[in-house]
Amino acid sequence: MANDETSLAVDHGRRNWLNWFLSTTAGAFLVSVTYPLSRYLVPPDVEESTAHTVTLALKPQEVKPNSGQIFRFGSQAGILVKDSNGELKAFSAVCTHLACIVQYRSDINQIWCACHNGHFDLNGRNVEGPPPKPLEQFVVNVRAEQIVVSKRG
Amino acid sequence: MEHDSPKRGKLYLWLDERVGLSDFAKLAKKKEVPLHRHTFWYYFGGMTLFLFAIQVGTGILLLLYYRPSAGEAFESIQFIMTEVQFGWLVRSIHSWSANLMIFAMFVHLFSALLLNAYRRPREMTWLSGGGLLGLSLAFGFTGYLLPWNELAFFATRVGTEIPGVIPVVGPFVRRLLRGGNEVTGATLTRFYGVHVAILPALVTVVLGLHLFLVQKHGMSRPPSVEGSGEGKRSMPFFPNFFLRDLVGWLCALGVLAALAAYFPAELGKKADPFQPAPVGIKPEWYFMAMFQTLKLLPAHILGIEGELLGVLGFGIIGLILVAMPFLDRRAAPVKASSRLAVGFGLLLIVYSVVLTYLGYTMSAMK
Repeated sequence: MANDETSLAVDHGRRNWLNWFLSTTAGAFLVSVTYPLSRYLVPPDVEESTAHTVTLALKPQEVKPNSGQIFRFGSQAGILVKDSNGELKAFSAVCTHLACIVQYRSDINQIWCACHNGHFDLNGRNVEGPPPKPLEQFVVNVRAEQIVVSKRG
Repeated sequence: MEHDSPKRGKLYLWLDERVGLSDFAKLAKKKEVPLHRHTFWYYFGGMTLFLFAIQVGTGILLLLYYRPSAGEAFESIQFIMTEVQFGWLVRSIHSWSANLMIFAMFVHLFSALLLNAYRRPREMTWLSGGGLLGLSLAFGFTGYLLPWNELAFFATRVGTEIPGVIPVVGPFVRRLLRGGNEVTGATLTRFYGVHVAILPALVTVVLGLHLFLVQKHGMSRPPSVEGSGEGKRSMPFFPNFFLRDLVGWLCALGVLAALAAYFPAELGKKADPFQPAPVGIKPEWYFMAMFQTLKLLPAHILGIEGELLGVLGFGIIGLILVAMPFLDRRAAPVKASSRLAVGFGLLLIVYSVVLTYLGYTMSAMK
């Protein structure tokens, strides 16, 4: 009887050990497949343009008062606006709501996003509609015949 | 049984011995469709399946000419629409059939919801159906980008920005969806792979499970019918119900051909990331209610950003819908329709219809 019990206990130990060994192997196999797979699916980092300043391919006198246009700021879009008084202003053109590209509306003198009807005034403040934050404002400098837009700070 | 089976040819007997054709015949004979005043709604599952088959066929045809890159996608669809013989027809059918399929699927979903078809033992059928709905919406969303036109570009920008508002994991999910920080050619390639390989593979599995479960449990007899003593009348699936199915499919094909011929799919302007979003931009109609909700929500509600609350709301509605078999305990044993499911279903239908209507009629400029 005692003999039987010992052999059973030994059997259990061996079974447990084999189970542990098998499941660890299976687990290690799964990890060795899923880890590279999940890393593969995450896109690699691409160098973002760190440009702080951009010179526009526009002459100041070419920009009409009460109008706006989109320009490239590295990989992002910016919007250059000349208000009715002739003052140049520049903002990020990416709407703070859900990232559509905004446009200038001369009929209401506001920057407007067509996607979800967001309105910004000419200081970039979100004045109507769903945008939760103001547009990032850039600094505009007119140097001789060139418009130079730079990030603040 | 031997005497009433019709005389079979040599080919049938040869195949039967090797493949077991008579097993299929037996299976088809066994299947019955309950007959009652709501039988009509049983047609929409098969209708969805039929339209899905059309999607597979036309999708494969489009693959022969489509080029998945930012530089060539728009031009390749232009080529399909103008140069390839009947290219316009194939693409228009693919686009229209997608819309009709989603519509048929919603009818199927709401009829199953309102007739309490999800109750025990069909919980897994309901869940797999929910999975198929999610996969179909993903098909629609990824397919919408592939023409690489203005509308598609901004719809994808907004659509992938939405999960981005979720705290903590949002930005990572957005990056994973876009294949980068912005919607670019990398997004197009990624969506293409998802649309033509990953989603079809997933659908094959989930649809297989869904159809297997429908065969296993048979069609659900609504509790309201069981209680009303309409009897247990039924109709053989094959050929009686199947032939009626075929008539429905033929009608759908007619509607599809007419829509494709009279209202061919549009292409619009090529996407340009440095152009403002076009005035009057809108998503596919089945995302319209959500789109309009996001448009109407104010910037902040009780200090929380409006869009976050909106997204949270959509998530909760989806969760309630999927969990209906487990929330609606009353429907299980009781023979009357459950008020929770019916109330929730009707509310959801009314809300979606009203918001969709507003989405199409409210001035975009105001």
